[in-house]
Amino acid sequence: MTYWTLTESDIDRIAIGVGILGTGGGGSPYLQMLIAKQLLREGKRIRMIRPADLDPNAQIIGLGGIGAPTVSIEKMEEGFEGVRVLKAIEAHTGRKVDAVLGDEVGGGNGIYPMITAAHLDLPVVDADGMGRAFPEVQMTSFFAYGQASQPAALSDADGNTLVITQAKTPQMLEKLMRTATVAMGCTACMTTAPMTGDFVRRFGIAHTTSQAWTLGDAVIRAREAKTDPIAAILAEAGGTFLMTGKVTDIGRRIDGGFVRGTLTVAGLGADAGRTLVIDIQNEYLVATEGDKRIAMVPDLICIVDSETGRPIGTEEQRYGLRVAILSLPAPALLRTDVALALMGPRAFGYDFDFVPLGQSTEPAPVAAYLAGQAVHSNP
Amino acid sequence: MTGMLRIGVDVGGTNTDAALLRGTKVLATIKTGTTADVTSGVAAAIRAVLLAAQVSPGDVSGVMIGTTHFLNAVVEGKRLERVGTLRLCGAATRSLPPMIDWPDRLRQLVDGGAALVGGGVNFDGTPIAPLDTAAIRAACRTWRAQGVASVAISAVFAQVDSRMEVQAAAIVAEEIPDVAVSLSHRIGRTGLLARESATILNASLHRLGAETVGAFRAAFAGLGLTCPLYLTQNDGTLMSADFAERHPVFTIASGPTNSMRGAAFLTGLSDAVVVDVGGTTTDVGMLVAGFPRNRSEGAVIGGIPTNFRVPDVFSFGLGGGSLVLSGPPLAIGPASVGFRLPEKALCFGGDTLTATDIAVAAGLVTLGDPSRVRNLDAALVKAALAKMKADLETVIDRMKPSADPVPAILVGGGSVMIDGGLLAGTSVSLRPDHFGSANAIGAAIAQVSGEVDRVVALEGTTREKALEGIVAEARLRAVEAGANPNSLQIAELEETPLSYLPGNAVRIAAKVVGDLAL
Repeated sequence: MTYWTLTESDIDRIAIGVGILGTGGGGSPYLQMLIAKQLLREGKRIRMIRPADLDPNAQIIGLGGIGAPTVSIEKMEEGFEGVRVLKAIEAHTGRKVDAVLGDEVGGGNGIYPMITAAHLDLPVVDADGMGRAFPEVQMTSFFAYGQASQPAALSDADGNTLVITQAKTPQMLEKLMRTATVAMGCTACMTTAPMTGDFVRRFGIAHTTSQAWTLGDAVIRAREAKTDPIAAILAEAGGTFLMTGKVTDIGRRIDGGFVRGTLTVAGLGADAGRTLVIDIQNEYLVATEGDKRIAMVPDLICIVDSETGRPIGTEEQRYGLRVAILSLPAPALLRTDVALALMGPRAFGYDFDFVPLGQSTEPAPVAAYLAGQAVHSNP
Repeated sequence: MTGMLRIGVDVGGTNTDAALLRGTKVLATIKTGTTADVTSGVAAAIRAVLLAAQVSPGDVSGVMIGTTHFLNAVVEGKRLERVGTLRLCGAATRSLPPMIDWPDRLRQLVDGGAALVGGGVNFDGTPIAPLDTAAIRAACRTWRAQGVASVAISAVFAQVDSRMEVQAAAIVAEEIPDVAVSLSHRIGRTGLLARESATILNASLHRLGAETVGAFRAAFAGLGLTCPLYLTQNDGTLMSADFAERHPVFTIASGPTNSMRGAAFLTGLSDAVVVDVGGTTTDVGMLVAGFPRNRSEGAVIGGIPTNFRVPDVFSFGLGGGSLVLSGPPLAIGPASVGFRLPEKALCFGGDTLTATDIAVAAGLVTLGDPSRVRNLDAALVKAALAKMKADLETVIDRMKPSADPVPAILVGGGSVMIDGGLLAGTSVSLRPDHFGSANAIGAAIAQVSGEVDRVVALEGTTREKALEGIVAEARLRAVEAGANPNSLQIAELEETPLSYLPGNAVRIAAKVVGDLAL
């Protein structure tokens, strides 16, 4: 079995990459990055495994934080929430968990499962269910292709742990979990139903941690070489450059627990005279120019600082920021009819159908898997 | 503040500036060298400005000092105190111990041990765990035995309910005689780790704060000043010397704010781009409604991430001491002769071609001996002036919120080098009287503020009521800080909905400012 054993410098790269893949949501990965690096310093290890290398019968669970990022920067994790959730599922199913993954690679949840994996010395699968960030539990390729709605579990920092033994639909599961999270102080760790290795191989979005690493590495190398980080991101991710500009308006409102609003960006330089309007529902959802929709969910709309490539979340957008707007193609698994029903424009209340931008490509696993050891790109 | 005599002092890395104002009229400004001990330079500047204006020290109503002294202490890692850190958190937050993101060197200097104990509340005010008084006493006894005399206390969601921090402080005071305690709810905003770091920094600067303020007081007595002393803080507003003694960390990023506020005062403009050209660098920032526009991320101080709001300022290497290399290609800065300008520049008889020499040769300013630069190639002088202007215009364009032209205010001693009238992208380019002392004038006219930042659950209340309550509390804090209640205005009101949650909760941040009641 070949593993990719992460180093602190790998975590730095992944933290930038999951920020870009967060499409404005998912919360900042900063604190998760600190925790993961601290665990490595204490001698724990974080090993990534390719989905293709999974035993088809392995039992795998997805782990992630659920709640409000604004709360989780104040009441941070105790650290063993994921361990409790995992043990609860093991007790409920009577089977050991063989590996973990993140349902959501975008934002802090892109690093989250690594914490539990380090504590229990379990491998982390280099795959997720979104290839980006989404606001609701059921918005994954796993649910689109038949993951069960139960059992699922939640645990908070105080040790309160809940197993949901039956939810009639994934949407009901989302509702139950969200409500329990509020009771837990608005921040908790969650898992959904265990999956087999075979299921993850077929319906997981492969190599998204590798993709995050590659994006972060491109940004860091561009900064060091003082070359354009935007060009580096596009070269690695095969995306479409939409515009460089300045934020001229940001309107936000709270609506049913979700931040909704629009962001207006006026073009600069070669894009002078153009205006892009981005719809926000926690993430950047739809980019419109005049009366033409040029990119839309589930394709990724990523907004980064145009100078540094630093990803900018919806909550930190403000008048005057200089940004580059990119679109990365959604994974092929999210562009099918069943997936679009859960994660396409209509799932977010729009009355139009998905129009793809660019070709879906599967990200390559990092070279470190071949070497069977860590990549050290920094001395 | 009509008729009141106020002295503003800005202590920079190279120069200490002082300005004496009567009401809104600038009576005198002075520039002296910054001294290693800071205090003697400040005293010399105050003495000189009193003399220049022929004002008796007893007639002065207030002195306002902006200083980078405490920032230097952190950056150099000198004279910092060891701190015991108390976190009231229950089981929560333990995956991220205090000081986890500090540079090793500073952590080793400051870390006096941490205790994570029962306490803290959730965002809705419900307790996470009861306050563990026994654990607090046990931690204190260890610290006392180790000679730790400064303690930083941070509770989860202390901005929602600060009572546990206050109770813990009382216990610490019982256990450790003469302890200095810093409480996080008075220091920072939402975001425990960053607020806790700022609180620890404050605690580590406690002794230096007391000494520095004490030295200022002694110097004042020596000068015959009997008025109150204030220090300018990160957002450009004032705190009393008593408060500053206990909160030295609030001065730590106050640098650029004073000159931006001074620029607004000298021109009467409230929305403009401010260009402050010093000896080594040029700082460009935006004034919005009379206050500097802030960065969206918190300040990083000596490598430590905090959540202090600081002005969004772009600094680049253009100043009076910038080296000019004729090339080709022509290059100006970022290397600079800095404070050695009076010996190095050609116009002062030195051997180095500086940006100041270009300005003297072009007749923009008379300094030193102009005949020494008379033979400079006229084409070079012209090209260098054009380049300085073009470099500045690029930065201005970067800082502007839109393509629409904005007024530009040029301040700082080096701004005389920016020639050629209107800068591109600006509607008007002003260099007001006293432009060289805008920083000290900004300190002299500084206001006082009150700030509140809190997550509010909107169950059983309305958004309007919640906003009203927060603003009222910020007003109260401003008055406590010394503001005239009749002069209060809202400087900042931010409302951020909490995402990914049903049940409407919002984070509200309010800042109220007012004139100092003297």
